[in-house]
Amino acid sequence: MNVPAAWYLVVGALLFGVGAYGLLTRRSALIMFMCIELMLNAVNLTFVTFSRTLSDVAGQASVFFVMVVAAAEVTVGLGIVVAVFRRRASTSIDEMSELHG
Amino acid sequence: MIAAAYSAAGVLVFVTASTLILVGAIGVIAVKNPVHAAISLIVTLFGVAVAFVAQSADFLAAVQIIVYAGAIVVLFLFVIMFLGVDRRDDVRVEALVGQRPLALAGVLITIAGLITLMARSHWVTGATSVSTTGAPLATGQGNVRQLGTAVFTTDLFAFEATAVLLIIAVVGAVLLARRERRVDDTFDDERNVEVSS
Repeated sequence: MNVPAAWYLVVGALLFGVGAYGLLTRRSALIMFMCIELMLNAVNLTFVTFSRTLSDVAGQASVFFVMVVAAAEVTVGLGIVVAVFRRRASTSIDEMSELHG
Repeated sequence: MIAAAYSAAGVLVFVTASTLILVGAIGVIAVKNPVHAAISLIVTLFGVAVAFVAQSADFLAAVQIIVYAGAIVVLFLFVIMFLGVDRRDDVRVEALVGQRPLALAGVLITIAGLITLMARSHWVTGATSVSTTGAPLATGQGNVRQLGTAVFTTDLFAFEATAVLLIIAVVGAVLLARRERRVDDTFDDERNVEVSS
């Protein structure tokens, strides 16, 4: 398993880029949450790769906490999506424009 | 530093994991149906779990499958079913003028910046040889022991904070999803209001 760490880091960067592009272009709130999950997973992959490279378990502990925060974020975020959907019958973020100037 | 110098199994695992990761990620942002996007997300999460196993993060790979693919994606699918499967996002219509080219340019600059940063720094090369202080990363049960020791000793405060965070998230989700009765709420049908009151 001696693949160089740079390969995994490049995959992590590409995954982060794909997630960021989806977050910037898609308009469904559900898909945007999935793209946030993609970006979080890219960061997790980078953490684990550096953890292996530096032989330090602190990176894996960080991934553990990122997973907990991601679970909490998805729970609250999907609750917000459901609450908004009940009022607007849509998950498109373009329709949530009451606060624009 | 050529590819042939590395073990064939490691290269095979890397290619498999990265293919799963990137195909799933592109599937998430490209498909129209949210259910298909959730399935693609599972593919990506599984690929990341394979990459975790390949880099001696066995416990995190198991947690990745259980928490992400088992809980978070199921929660996504539950909300999609709850809101209606047939609501599709039309990916062809561009809402803002120039949104996609600008997003693509920004993302490409970000990726190029990240890769340049990694290539020019000394994080990647030579760090293994100088890191002789801590014990090397173990696999299997040893990995669980190392991670548990780190979480319950050095990161104990953060661990307790995550407990508080999870409680707050649960209470907040229940509060958000609770159906409250309002006079001007015309979207609620009368049956559910009567049941909940």
